[in-house]
Amino acid sequence: MIQLSGIKKTFNGGKSNEFKALRGIDLEVALNEVSVFIGPSGSGKTTLLSILGCMSRPTSGRIWLSGREITSLPERFAAETRRETFGFIFQNYNLIKGISVLENTMLPAYPTGMKYRVIRDRAVSLLEKLGIMSKSEEPVEHLSGGEQQRVAIARALINTPSIIIADEPTAHLDTELAQGLLDIFAGFRKEGKTILIASHDALVFESPVADRLISMRDGKIV
Amino acid sequence: MIWIERQRAFLDFTLSSLWRRKVRNLSLLMIYALIIFLLSSVIFFTHALRKEAESVLKDSPEMIVQRVVGGRHSLIPISYVEKIDQIRGTSSVRPRLWGYYFHPASKTNYTIMVPEEFSQPDDTVETGAGVLRTWGPLWKGKLYFKTHDGEAILLKAINTMGDETDLVSADLILMSESTFRKISGIPEGYANDLSVNIRNERESQTIMMKTVKALPDTRPILKKEIIRTYISLFDWRGGYVIVLLWGALLAFFIFAWDKATGLSAEEKTEIGILKGIGWDTSDVLMMKFWEGVVISLSAFFLGVIAAYVHVYFASATFFEHALKGWSILYPKFSLRPSVNPYQLAILFFLTVVPYTLLTIVPTWKVAITEPDLVMRH
Amino acid sequence: MLLNPAIIALISGSLLVSIFAFYALVTALGILRHWDIQSGSERQLALERKTYLISTIFSYLLGFELFSLILFIYNAQHMHDLFVGAMCAAGSLNVNNWGYITLVFKIITFVLCGVWLIVNHSDNRAHDYPLIRPKYKLLILLTAMIGLETIFQTCYFMGLEADVMTSCCGTIFSEETQGITGDMARLPPFRTMIVFYVALILTLRVGIDVLVTGRGPAVFGLLAGVTTVVSLVAVISSISLYYYELPTHHCPFCLFQNDYHYIGYPLYIFLFLGGITGMGTGAIEGLKGPASLSRLIPALQRRLCLFSMAGFLIFALIATYPMIFTDFVPDF
Repeated sequence: MIQLSGIKKTFNGGKSNEFKALRGIDLEVALNEVSVFIGPSGSGKTTLLSILGCMSRPTSGRIWLSGREITSLPERFAAETRRETFGFIFQNYNLIKGISVLENTMLPAYPTGMKYRVIRDRAVSLLEKLGIMSKSEEPVEHLSGGEQQRVAIARALINTPSIIIADEPTAHLDTELAQGLLDIFAGFRKEGKTILIASHDALVFESPVADRLISMRDGKIV
Repeated sequence: MIWIERQRAFLDFTLSSLWRRKVRNLSLLMIYALIIFLLSSVIFFTHALRKEAESVLKDSPEMIVQRVVGGRHSLIPISYVEKIDQIRGTSSVRPRLWGYYFHPASKTNYTIMVPEEFSQPDDTVETGAGVLRTWGPLWKGKLYFKTHDGEAILLKAINTMGDETDLVSADLILMSESTFRKISGIPEGYANDLSVNIRNERESQTIMMKTVKALPDTRPILKKEIIRTYISLFDWRGGYVIVLLWGALLAFFIFAWDKATGLSAEEKTEIGILKGIGWDTSDVLMMKFWEGVVISLSAFFLGVIAAYVHVYFASATFFEHALKGWSILYPKFSLRPSVNPYQLAILFFLTVVPYTLLTIVPTWKVAITEPDLVMRH
Repeated sequence: MLLNPAIIALISGSLLVSIFAFYALVTALGILRHWDIQSGSERQLALERKTYLISTIFSYLLGFELFSLILFIYNAQHMHDLFVGAMCAAGSLNVNNWGYITLVFKIITFVLCGVWLIVNHSDNRAHDYPLIRPKYKLLILLTAMIGLETIFQTCYFMGLEADVMTSCCGTIFSEETQGITGDMARLPPFRTMIVFYVALILTLRVGIDVLVTGRGPAVFGLLAGVTTVVSLVAVISSISLYYYELPTHHCPFCLFQNDYHYIGYPLYIFLFLGGITGMGTGAIEGLKGPASLSRLIPALQRRLCLFSMAGFLIFALIATYPMIFTDFVPDF
């Protein structure tokens, strides 16, 4: 269970360009479900996901993950939680250009201190599972959009996270590829993972994969 | 073990990152290496000169006694030998005969000298390697000299001394005592100075004092003092050149600082991605630490090796004249290689320490990139 | 004043180190002024990020302080030819009043810097920065020491004149000399060695306790400090004799020379490793108070204690080696 209480996030607080991205969110999200946050852009979906994923701290409010408070962690512990509990799939993939598919996949595991061989084997098996092992030595920029998406998924899974966070994952995919992605998500759920998606793509929130829809507007849940 | 695996992973990633931006990093590396090359050339060169001087002076007597007349170095009567010999602690006292000879044809001054033992006939000389090279044409293997009263004599060059002490022997001409007196005009019963060997070097200070007491018109010079003068001369020259290079160093540090500050948008995005996928600020700092280590070490090795070649194989072509300070007689002067941790530690302190400190703040600024930046578009 | 490349390197290096230490100190005090761990404000976040900068600066400074200590001794060694009567670093340092005090300050800053990093490391292991105030206040002392060291060192080099008459190890560390150096040389070698071995064994014994049961880290830290001092005295009064195989040569610096295979470097480095980690073990004992640290610190103490014991053991092995493998017997 993920519990959020009174989450507020203000950017540039106290200045003339102050912007209230989240205005008090109280929410409970069940684990082992696919929850989709919907709403127009600027509604605060992405900000909420980044706070949930320990990427940034809320200005006020608290979050408990399975009973453990994760909001007031100093950065070094937030980073640890982020890489051990969460896997991220970004809208424009955010892969590092110039290095190989395999190395991109392995990156989140570097700070863990796991043996190189173990990380590598795990990356190889993930790439195989996602059907892009044949490209593992190529630099990522040589890959098509759908392939890059799958590298991003492999990277998100390298530390075997229990929660996957995906921000507009279908934004750059055609219908067929988007459907494929949803199938992958369905597979994750079967493995017992929790999936949090921000999307305004009807294909995603109308899909049977989505267990729960949470709709947002102006930094609030509606 | 976890610690080692982590460092290994960061180092791996650092190497591949550096390789990806090779052109950009190469310019930094080259300039860094050039600075280290300049500094290490100076340090190696002055050090080698010091070693050379020490090895030359190794066999010279512990004390030299000169006579001073009217405040100037004057000829010393050979009768002084006995008086010094009577001082306890001296093991041998010998008169020395040496001087300079100007050869008009080559427009050069040579050192002429009578060695302790010269077993060759009176009409022969032994010469240093530089002499025959510069003397000009010989006449049937003989060198033409003019004596002090205008007579001409021909002396046969029979032996050439080896290269290993080129620094002092290059312009040296050795001859017998009678020939020397003919050429130089130093009268019988006199010598230039006296060389004194001392049994225990620790007593040299006392013996020096006793000599002055017994022979008030003499000035004894200790070998230790000469060595001290050489060392401070070379150390000082080395220091002076480094001060002169200060401008170049400063320019390099500004350049390095600018490089560290002005990261490309691409690099910034990359660090943002790393932060987003779970790297901590300290992980990024650690990666940047390895980047610094790799760049500094490469520059260090490149610069030091190049300087080594420059000083010991190319005879320090670039600074020869600034640092050597001897006559221009020695074009073939080559030094014996010697590098020690002391020199490397100096280099490290002059280059790597400032470079590293200057890059800390810019590096930290990049490392604290907010992890959620990758989520905002 | 003398101008050689090493002096330029040491003076400019120390100046840079002081500037950065001071910069870090000012940043640290700025952090303390606005620190509020409860707040999630952007300002608090920015302050937390600045703590990384301070840790980074001092980690580098520790390395540089070590290098500067070595270069300082090495340079004193190198310069001894310039001074009448100097045979090794001991003579060069004795040329004016600033030499030895600079050396002592360099050693203290190095040790203090090491202990600070240990405290900093333990603080970073907790979720709530429990030690932020004491550790940043300690920086005031550390920065002041670094600043003083820089001033003393500059005075030392500025005051150097070639040809100055100095006395060297033969007299400074001689049994006839008045003062602390003479006192140390006068100590009976045999009994000093007994004190040294007793201190060492006690330290190791308590160390084993710390490793096995986790008890006694404060005692261990204290003993580690005592053992470090006793070891330094033992080097002067007795260990040096065995290395030089001379009954009256007590110099702690000639060990750095080529003639003795540079044995001084490993000897002192392992001694300081033992000392710093050992005192660090004790230093963080006093910081157990905050709940967030009480669980983490024992594990850290065990690790430090292990390093410390290893350091002291290797030091003792290097020190004992010549007693066993040379025929030399000093007159006790």
